[in-house]
Amino acid sequence: MGAVESVEEGYLKKEIPDFKPGDTVRIHIRVIEGDKERLQPFEGVVIRRKGGGLRETFTVRKVTEGIGVERVFPLHSPSLAKIKVLRRGKVRRAKLYYLRGRRGKAARVEEKR
Amino acid sequence: MLGIIGRKMGMVAVFDEAGTVVPVTVIRAESCRVVQQKTLSRDGYNAIQLGAGAKKRASKPLTGHCAKAGVDPCRRLVEFRVDDPESYELGQAVTVEEFAPGDVIDVTGWSKGKGFTGVVKKHGYSGGPKSHGSMSHAVPGSIGSGTNPGRVWKGKGLPGRVGNRRRTVRNLRVVEVVPDQNLLLVKGAVPGARNGYLLIRKRRAGAGRKSGS
Repeated sequence: MGAVESVEEGYLKKEIPDFKPGDTVRIHIRVIEGDKERLQPFEGVVIRRKGGGLRETFTVRKVTEGIGVERVFPLHSPSLAKIKVLRRGKVRRAKLYYLRGRRGKAARVEEKR
Repeated sequence: MLGIIGRKMGMVAVFDEAGTVVPVTVIRAESCRVVQQKTLSRDGYNAIQLGAGAKKRASKPLTGHCAKAGVDPCRRLVEFRVDDPESYELGQAVTVEEFAPGDVIDVTGWSKGKGFTGVVKKHGYSGGPKSHGSMSHAVPGSIGSGTNPGRVWKGKGLPGRVGNRRRTVRNLRVVEVVPDQNLLLVKGAVPGARNGYLLIRKRRAGAGRKSGS
């Protein structure tokens, strides 16, 4: 194993739930306010996973008060306390960018049975 | 302060305690050994000569020089100024444990050669328009006035060779030290290609001709 890979190894998370684009997830983010730490949830649809190894990131999209909000998370970031898969989506592509142009009913992702 | 000889392994992004992504360069210290002590009385200055790497087809003088310290012929020999060369033993190994996380260091290496490049890449000139009938995309334009001064100013940026020079990046921070693999994680980029040789030293407080402490 190369030196760079062995460094990466030490930072990789061991347990990551299996989730794909289209799935609805709830992410618990560690937020530090002053000297207190709390968990902030963020819930939405995964619209892409990108990169590999330690650099892998995923994007979660939700619509709040009519405004689309997307957050990009590094998959292996220690500030992600928990990733919970709420719903499996049935989708036919890897990047769900088409959801950005849709609103309301059209922006739904069908659930996988 | 003693430095080490290392090789650039590549770059990765790691996380710090706050969860922030930190871009780091992984440097592997070559098995550095003390090859020679330079003393004020004998050589006119105080320094330690370090050797690293294995030399293929070593010359007899090099082999003999290294053998005095009980070291195999080294590919790289580098001197580091120290105040007390006598306190180091010949053949003594120097490892990444010279450094600790948080240390501020200077890293020297040979930058990647870019060949003969134009002024846009070399000096950051903005070039001309790319389209709308423009025929001057990346030319420097005028390089000076006319009869007065009648010459081109010294230091005018013109095309030429870029890279393949010895370069030092100063004030880099050590993020992590991995003693069992002799690795150093340094925040930011360092000169040169992968596997290139690097000199890693503690930060020098100011420029000038102070001894390298």
